[in-house]
Amino acid sequence: MSAFKVPILKVGDVLLVSIQSDIDDRTVVELQQRVLQQIERTSARAVLIDISLLEMVDSFTGRMLSDIASMALIMDAETVVVGIQPAVAITLVELGLELKGVSTALDVDDGLRILRERMKDKQRRRAAGADDHATAGT
Amino acid sequence: MQQQEPDRIQVEDNDDVVRVRARVREAAERAGFGHVDQLRLVTAASELARNIRLYAKRGLVEILPVRKGNRRGLHIKFEDSGPGIPDITLAMTDGYTTSRGLGKGLPGSRRLVDDFEIESALGEGTTIRITKWLYE
Amino acid sequence: MTSDNTTPPNAPNPRTIRMLSERESAILESWIENRVNSSDFRETLISGEELSSDSQSFLRAFVTSIANSNVEEMRGKEFNAIRRLLLDISEARAAQAFSPSETAFYVFSLKETLLPFLRDEYQDDPQLLLDEVNKLSKALDKLGSFIFVSTIKNRERVIRQQQQDMLELSTPVVQIWDRIICLPLIGTLDSRRTQLMMERLLDRIVRSRAEVAILDITGVPTVDTQVANYLIKTVNAVRLLGSTCIITGVGPSIAQTIVHLGIDLTGIITRNQLSDGIRMAFELTRQKVVPINSTGDPDAGAEGGDTDERVQSAHP
Repeated sequence: MSAFKVPILKVGDVLLVSIQSDIDDRTVVELQQRVLQQIERTSARAVLIDISLLEMVDSFTGRMLSDIASMALIMDAETVVVGIQPAVAITLVELGLELKGVSTALDVDDGLRILRERMKDKQRRRAAGADDHATAGT
Repeated sequence: MQQQEPDRIQVEDNDDVVRVRARVREAAERAGFGHVDQLRLVTAASELARNIRLYAKRGLVEILPVRKGNRRGLHIKFEDSGPGIPDITLAMTDGYTTSRGLGKGLPGSRRLVDDFEIESALGEGTTIRITKWLYE
Repeated sequence: MTSDNTTPPNAPNPRTIRMLSERESAILESWIENRVNSSDFRETLISGEELSSDSQSFLRAFVTSIANSNVEEMRGKEFNAIRRLLLDISEARAAQAFSPSETAFYVFSLKETLLPFLRDEYQDDPQLLLDEVNKLSKALDKLGSFIFVSTIKNRERVIRQQQQDMLELSTPVVQIWDRIICLPLIGTLDSRRTQLMMERLLDRIVRSRAEVAILDITGVPTVDTQVANYLIKTVNAVRLLGSTCIITGVGPSIAQTIVHLGIDLTGIITRNQLSDGIRMAFELTRQKVVPINSTGDPDAGAEGGDTDERVQSAHP
């Protein structure tokens, strides 16, 4: 499991994180570190985390997703999680995990579209002199 | 009425938790649970096995198919000799978190299964038993 | 069920058996008359011939089965035959729209019919009379109970099957427009059904890439706390997938129930009419329905009349 690192690619100014199989706690912690490092290194403005191949999400992984979104935002990057499997969505809701601050989309296409819209919005607001932290995440 | 030996897994490190997930998934599939129910069991087991690792450092997970009348189900026990849970009622309420900001995930796990029993004594340890029944 | 020479305990006296065979036609006549004259009998449903023939078959089978048999237990092969016969009669009656208890009462009524015949036979021996009356009563009670219970079990089986069928006969998820699907719910929602419904909906959202899912509950008569919680759970799961779930068909009575139960619907979009839900779905998917004028062009300022309506996407 820790032999394979989760691939992180830069596509335009979006960091694409593809989680391709069930991950253990150690990989989760490591992944969080790597994503933040990459945001800094590549000056990425957005992060897209693809979990369409993830068959289980428990509180540890859920918390990682929330944390990445919050921390990325502090570094001025928007986050979207795409591809939550239906069964995973059901268990997350039953677990009571809210995934605070995490926006979701059906797939990579939708995710990218949402990210572009949000980045455009942000630019517009800043150009108009609005306060950045007025609205968070979702 | 148990006729077979439970599947026992010692839990001490990260890899053990991974093993627990895999074995629970296999057992759930063998027991006849559908895809979503299998995931519920695996997710609950992942939470509870992790608790053992985080709070007690080591413990034991036992997986056992069970019957009640003509209903079939899967029973999993999570046992440790760790510090124990000081206030079970509190731990079982949604929104309870320790100082590290991580709840024990108990109320959530309980929602994923049908039967949930918990025993804990300070300084002695904790035992959690969960069961899920096939809808027949 | 014995093959030796002695009569088994609790077997009717051979005199009784003989009497039953010898006086068969009188017994049948009396039994049929009693049945026809009874308050619960509906003679239009069955022909005299059929009643006659069934009664004769049953009486003969009865006599055969109890001869040399232990009526306390009734376990022998001869009892299988009469049970089979009763099941056949019961099935035929059911097809003729008799009530389910008809055959049982039919069997019980034979007890009453046999009394005068037994009294006649055992005038000389009240103790023996009592014994024989007991034995025959017992046997007929057991047979009557058997057919009664069988009929009930059968009905329960039919009901379970129908419930199963209903569970599987679910309403299809309909694709209303690009990226908009609708699931109309019909009937009472129990936990199992709602579970399956939710799984189906979520799978379809992923497969169809639906941005909006409309859950229409017009056909759901009542909503209790549990059902409301399931609906909320579904909406939250849909949101997690990245889509929006709108609940439509919320009428006055459900609205009242929800408020009275104190259910929190914050963040949940509800509408009374399905059409309002669809309108909102279009907005959420950045689409708009506009009238077009007679030249076939979208008409920004159209005013009714002969116009078609066409859906315009906000952008490709």
